[in-house]
Amino acid sequence: MKKYRNWGFFIFLLPVLLWLFLLIVLPHIDLLIMSFRFEDDYGELTWGMANYKEFFGEPIYWLTFVRTAIYSLVVTFLTFVIGLPVAFFITKVVSVKYKGALTLLVLLPFWVSELVRVYGWMILLRESGVVNHLLLKTGLLAKPVEMLYNDAAMIMGLVYTTMLFMIVPLISVLDSLEDELIEAAFDLGGNARSVLFRIIIPYATPGIVSGSIVVFMLTLGNYLTPNLIGGKNSLWFTEQIYNQFIASFNWNQGSAFGFLLLILSSLIIWLGLKVSKQNLAKVVQ
Amino acid sequence: MEYDLSVKNVTKKFGEFTAVDSVSFDIVNGHFFSILGPSGCGKTTLLRMIAGFEHPSDGTIEIRGQDMKGIVPNKRPVNMIFQHLALFPMMNVAENIAFGLRRRGTPKNEVMPQVLTMLKRVGLPGFEQKRIDQLSGGQKQRVAIARSLILGPAVLLLDEPLGALDLKLREHMKVELKKLQAEIGTTFMYITHDQSEALVMSDYVAVMNQGRFEQVDTPSNLYNQPKTPFVAQFVGENNAWSGVVEKREGNIVEITTSEDHQFRVEVSEDINPSSTVDLFLRPEALLIEPDPSLTDINRFDVVVNSILFDGASSRLLVNPLNSDKEIIVALPQNKQYDHIKPKDKLVVGWSEKAGICFAKR
Ligand SMILES: Nc1ncnc2c1ncn2[C@@H]1O[C@H](COP(=O)(O)OP(=O)(O)OP(=O)(O)O)[C@@H](O)[C@H]1O
Ligand SMILES: [Mg+2]
Repeated sequence: MKKYRNWGFFIFLLPVLLWLFLLIVLPHIDLLIMSFRFEDDYGELTWGMANYKEFFGEPIYWLTFVRTAIYSLVVTFLTFVIGLPVAFFITKVVSVKYKGALTLLVLLPFWVSELVRVYGWMILLRESGVVNHLLLKTGLLAKPVEMLYNDAAMIMGLVYTTMLFMIVPLISVLDSLEDELIEAAFDLGGNARSVLFRIIIPYATPGIVSGSIVVFMLTLGNYLTPNLIGGKNSLWFTEQIYNQFIASFNWNQGSAFGFLLLILSSLIIWLGLKVSKQNLAKVVQ
Repeated sequence: MEYDLSVKNVTKKFGEFTAVDSVSFDIVNGHFFSILGPSGCGKTTLLRMIAGFEHPSDGTIEIRGQDMKGIVPNKRPVNMIFQHLALFPMMNVAENIAFGLRRRGTPKNEVMPQVLTMLKRVGLPGFEQKRIDQLSGGQKQRVAIARSLILGPAVLLLDEPLGALDLKLREHMKVELKKLQAEIGTTFMYITHDQSEALVMSDYVAVMNQGRFEQVDTPSNLYNQPKTPFVAQFVGENNAWSGVVEKREGNIVEITTSEDHQFRVEVSEDINPSSTVDLFLRPEALLIEPDPSLTDINRFDVVVNSILFDGASSRLLVNPLNSDKEIIVALPQNKQYDHIKPKDKLVVGWSEKAGICFAKR
């Protein structure tokens, strides 16, 4: 009987292990090996750190890298600042009747692909777009301005694309926050500010952290939105990786970049968990 | 007399529905005042209006002589113990208790000594570093009380705080809570649907029904001299008959019940012949096999249906002869009645002074 159960357990575990090994571990090992190989002066592939040296020696690479990291943090923070009031409104302010409908409304834009959504933004913001058209018609602008291809538009686009991944965990954590707790805080002399910072945010921390991790990773690894809305000036690190693989056919350099990005995201998430005193297992569940 | 809380004609409507209907009462400083009523009668709504979480549709609430209209909950000198206690799970015991002091801006070096004193007072010394989920039900209770009392409220509002505890602990906390209240002298306003909680702890009890107060009185008066049929039935157990008054001689009326019993009852209200009345009688007012020499006693024959043994509050369930009306009779455990078995025939009787009559309106 015991043996039987062990076999069953193994059979169900097998697909997961295969998936992990074939699709995640194996390619990464290959990438790791590639990142330490480079062509020497004679065109021979040899082992060495040249790909990593190249990254630190060329300011454009590591500046893009740092810029991407900082902007991803900014995007994560902005989604939190916008997402918290939205989630609070949906769970605590409106009556239960409308909660489902409102949650659906938040989900709705995500039924179309990211590409279509980003093109939607472009139709609104471009020089001949809807916003410019309206501003010209109302006389607020004398001649059309280009609203795309700058950092602000890119950040806005990134916030928009990842918003859902912040709001959903926040809704689920705030749902379990009893109204009594908020009332008790007011009853004991708290005001709106202390209720927010002493009760709501500490209570929602697991949701905030898990939302932030997902938003941060998605933003850091996003290619489409920075490229389309930010254009040539976006300077997003994923573009450098893309360029190495596709434009220069330098897979070894691309692998090194990919690994640096992986290390960066792991490091920042580890730091975030340390600072918020959460552990990964608790946040993910 | 000084009143810590004074409520005048307070009404609360939710749309068409009236949850609290023109309620008035005063609580004397330092009293333990309870509101007793069935589920959904508007107790919580009344308490939330005093705490400031709901606004009365009509009427005034004064705390220590000051009108509370337009004053937000965090500015009112009352604190509330919530039905589910509402302890903050992300803080430890000391942080929970210190929450109010910190919001008030008490100097940092004074907070901790006060918290420790309060913990001692509620019988939890050494618990300051515990997390909330490490506490038992009774300990959570005490933390919630400490968290409110440390602010020195004019009135402490308690919304069925013992509801979640098991029976044994509830009995214990009842006594504890009453002792604590007597010790610190804070005015308590306590809400419950459990009559024994209200009777044991309170100086005064208001019985509430469908948004209205039926009677505000001392526990013994509520039990011995109920003013309305609802109070008679809700506070303690009662046997009930309905009947018609045949005649009246002085204070004594003669009643024929719908089961054709003839009873003589002493009444205080003016009840006229031929009016219909409700008659109530406590189980302990019914005597088993009363001495034939006793006068002024209503006697009738019954058949024992079952014996409900419950220690000191054991009961007999009996049916009058040729009727299935159930009557509850107290069964003293003094060996005198040990011979009684189901299906036995008995005579029971009660004194003319023991019944309570209300004219039907
Ligand atoms: N916000 C509200 N909107 C509409 N009706 C309400 C609201 N709050 C309470 N009620 C109604 O008012 C009545 C009294 O409610 P309340 O919570 O005061 O009862 P309660 O006496 O505390 O009952 P319980 O012992 O079950 O806690 C109930 O019928 C309830 O449905
Ligand atoms: Mg209630």
